[in-house]
Amino acid sequence: MRYRNLVISILFVAFYSLQPALGQSNDDCLMCHSDKTLTGQINGRTVNVFVDQQVLKSSVHKDVDCVSCHADLEGTDFPHKENVAKAQCVPCHDDVQTLYSEGIHGKAEEKGDPLAPICQTCHGSHNIIKVSNLKSAVAPIKIPFLCGSCHKEGAPVQVQRKIPEDHILENYSESLHGVGLLQKGLIVAATCVSCHSPHKILPHTDPQSTISRKNIAGTCTKCHSEIETVHRKIIKGKLWEQTPHILPACNDCHPPHKIQQPIYESNVANQDCLNCHGRPNLKSKDGRSMFVDAIILQNSAHSKIACSQCHNTVNPAHVRPCEGINSKVDCSICHATEGDQYRESTHGQLFAKNDPNAPTCEECHGSHNVLLTKNPLSPTFHTNIPNLCGKCHRKGEPAAVRYVGKEHDIIENYTESIHGKGLLKSGLTVTATCTDCHTAHHELPHTDPNSSINRNNIASTCGACHYGIKEQFAKSVHSVTFDKNNKKQLPVCNDCHSAHEISRTDASGFRLSIMNTCGRCHEKIAETYFDTFHGQVSKLGYSKTAKCFDCHGAHDILPVDNPESHVSHENIVQTCQKCHEGATRKFAGYFTHATHHDPVKYPILYWTFRGMTGLLVITFLFAGMHTLLWLPRSLQWRKQLKERQNSNTDITEADDNEKDDEKS
Amino acid sequence: MLYEMDNNKQKIDESVKGKNSGSNSRRTEIRQFQRFTRLNRVLHFFMILSFLSLAFTGLTLKFAYTGWAVILSHLLGGFESARYIHRFSAVVMISVFIIHLISLVKMKRKENKTWFQLLFGPDSMLFNKKDWQDFTGSVKWFLGMGERPPYGRWTYWEKFDYFAVFWGIFVIGSTGLTLWIPETLTHIFPGWIINVATIIHSDEALLATGFIFTVHFFNTHLRPEKFPMDIVIFSGRVSLEEFKVDRPDEYRQLVESGELEKYLVEPYQPIVIKAIKIFGWIALSLGLSIIIWIIYAMIFAYR
Repeated sequence: MRYRNLVISILFVAFYSLQPALGQSNDDCLMCHSDKTLTGQINGRTVNVFVDQQVLKSSVHKDVDCVSCHADLEGTDFPHKENVAKAQCVPCHDDVQTLYSEGIHGKAEEKGDPLAPICQTCHGSHNIIKVSNLKSAVAPIKIPFLCGSCHKEGAPVQVQRKIPEDHILENYSESLHGVGLLQKGLIVAATCVSCHSPHKILPHTDPQSTISRKNIAGTCTKCHSEIETVHRKIIKGKLWEQTPHILPACNDCHPPHKIQQPIYESNVANQDCLNCHGRPNLKSKDGRSMFVDAIILQNSAHSKIACSQCHNTVNPAHVRPCEGINSKVDCSICHATEGDQYRESTHGQLFAKNDPNAPTCEECHGSHNVLLTKNPLSPTFHTNIPNLCGKCHRKGEPAAVRYVGKEHDIIENYTESIHGKGLLKSGLTVTATCTDCHTAHHELPHTDPNSSINRNNIASTCGACHYGIKEQFAKSVHSVTFDKNNKKQLPVCNDCHSAHEISRTDASGFRLSIMNTCGRCHEKIAETYFDTFHGQVSKLGYSKTAKCFDCHGAHDILPVDNPESHVSHENIVQTCQKCHEGATRKFAGYFTHATHHDPVKYPILYWTFRGMTGLLVITFLFAGMHTLLWLPRSLQWRKQLKERQNSNTDITEADDNEKDDEKS
Repeated sequence: MLYEMDNNKQKIDESVKGKNSGSNSRRTEIRQFQRFTRLNRVLHFFMILSFLSLAFTGLTLKFAYTGWAVILSHLLGGFESARYIHRFSAVVMISVFIIHLISLVKMKRKENKTWFQLLFGPDSMLFNKKDWQDFTGSVKWFLGMGERPPYGRWTYWEKFDYFAVFWGIFVIGSTGLTLWIPETLTHIFPGWIINVATIIHSDEALLATGFIFTVHFFNTHLRPEKFPMDIVIFSGRVSLEEFKVDRPDEYRQLVESGELEKYLVEPYQPIVIKAIKIFGWIALSLGLSIIIWIIYAMIFAYR
């Protein structure tokens, strides 16, 4: 623009120097206007019309003819008319003029508002110098005072026009920007025009305004270009600009003109809200209590958060700023990560479908009484979680009723599990509770590949606490990393430990059920185990004999040919010695999974069993036949004896007498 | 079993006394023939106790897959308690066996017999020619081709039972010991003998219990002429009448040698007989219930 002006000036100068008879040179004007006492009439007022030649010569317009701006005097002869029009900037600065006329100042001027500023109000007239010159009226260091001349407290504009902000100049001068500019002399610090733009100033309600909700981020990032990297959680790339209705705008947290540190004072002070909402009997139209207990709020995790930061649709421009509130609080304004997780979770999906059972943030965290999770009084405190989730997931409650999976009596079983006992009976707050496995905000069914309890993720989930186990397991034969070609479904934590009924592994119940658990896949091996002493005692219901994991290990199971395996040639004797003190290498030769039904693998056992069975069969065949043949004869014999006895007892007596006689 | 009268003299005295004190005929009728000595009866009693205990505790493990085994195991106080009972009973049974062997040696000394005389004499438990005759005679009798053979002091099936115990004690005892102290024995033997011992111990036990509770029970107690039980092993006494019919050969020999009188004794009081019968009933029913359990386990509950 400057060059254009220069070119135009040069052309003008050239033109007029060639045709001196036609033009009016500046010297012509200055002949009169260099008189310091020269006065003229403008709009009926007598004003001094002296033009300081020195000032003009040092201004940016020094080479511009007077009549270029005072165009209405062009071609007129001296003495020219009274009531000369204001100097026109348009012929040269038409682009700026357009911006100005679209702005609130230009519109006011168009309406004839006497308070409306025009170009000269800010830029001056014959004394206009470069902005970069600190003496310029619009130099950054002067801007706050320039704007403040109208917008300071008590100025006519501030009093007579609708300006939503108050104490603008004072607040600004105390703000981070103001202190930087005015106290530290940083001329790059934001001034009024940095945010409001110099010429097209619009109220923040106008979508085109540089300070509208939509544009504010763009405005601030002109200087704070790297702000996204430090505001990552909130802004996340371009999300800020794309979804401004979800994300907060800069000024939600950093109130305009008061930008200091992020102490979030708000446009609408809590006290203002509590004027009404502090009344216990305040009710909404549909009868809900609208009472907010200031003490509860004061003790909550949000004690330093202003009402309007959550209820962010309040509008301070309204008499009742809360008039604009017609939707629930969106916590993801600040808790963006949690909000995203929730929206992906089953809870969030149900909520999106308007399911009446879907829990919202408030359901778990409360509203004005929200407490930090580490506070024992919080419903989301570790030990309170089972009860909290139980509100819906306990047997008979809505979530349990609509649930179609295999897990039942979840809360009851959990309470009896090792985790439940640890948490609720031993008070170990580090014990896993619902949210440790299912996550707090990202609950998904186990079928979902993104779920924390999906088969592929469960080891990591459990490993978050049981890290040592996870490491062992990752090296074991059951790990997916062990054999990449394996197509079989491998067991994960809950296949052996269950989900909600996890018990101590040294408890009798677990020890006794493990054979069936392992047997689900290792069917044959489990069967042969039950043929041995170990298996038989287990069948009787006693846990004090070797179970699968006593020999094979639990999480570090490896194939026999792996030297690290508990049952490898290197380690087997030691493994036996765990129970059988004094076990030798020969002792370890015992077939722990022997069966006498396999002639190839265990010929000795097979033939021993065959031999014994043969002996048994032959003995019983022989004895059985003997007995069966005897039976009818024996019956007959009994009959004969009876007959003999009944017919004559005398005979016996006689016989005896006879015998006695013989003997005597 | 080789037979020995500990108190022959007393018996004769009694018999004489009986003659002097009352009616001859009544006395002779009431007096009974003494078949077993007190030691034999006591040993058999302990044999029954230990055998039943061994059977119940052992089969509990063998048939662990049946519900009954689980109940029984808990009744016995758990598998460790059952194991204790089992081993204790094993010691009792082996003691019975050893005491019997010692009694044989003592008898040999008392009767001043050589081992040859003892083993091959007429009252020996070893199989001899008469047993073969009795066996073939029995088969003929069973088939209706002859009269009932004149059984003697020990019938061939009694001798079979007797030596079955020798065999059983050896087989079950040795394998049982292997399972008792496997860690020690595997210093010498390979580990798989524990598996072999398990199979032999278990199957031989099945044979023993099965045989005793069916064949032995039938031969001695349940066969119609003795039904429901023969208490002679507990009382040691049998009526002359029954003795005469049952073992005509022994009776004949005793009469011929004139030694019958030596074995005639006063019968027990009815209360003693009643107690014996109660014990007999208990032992019989326990044995038979084990048979039912075995059949159930082997046929109906076998996986």
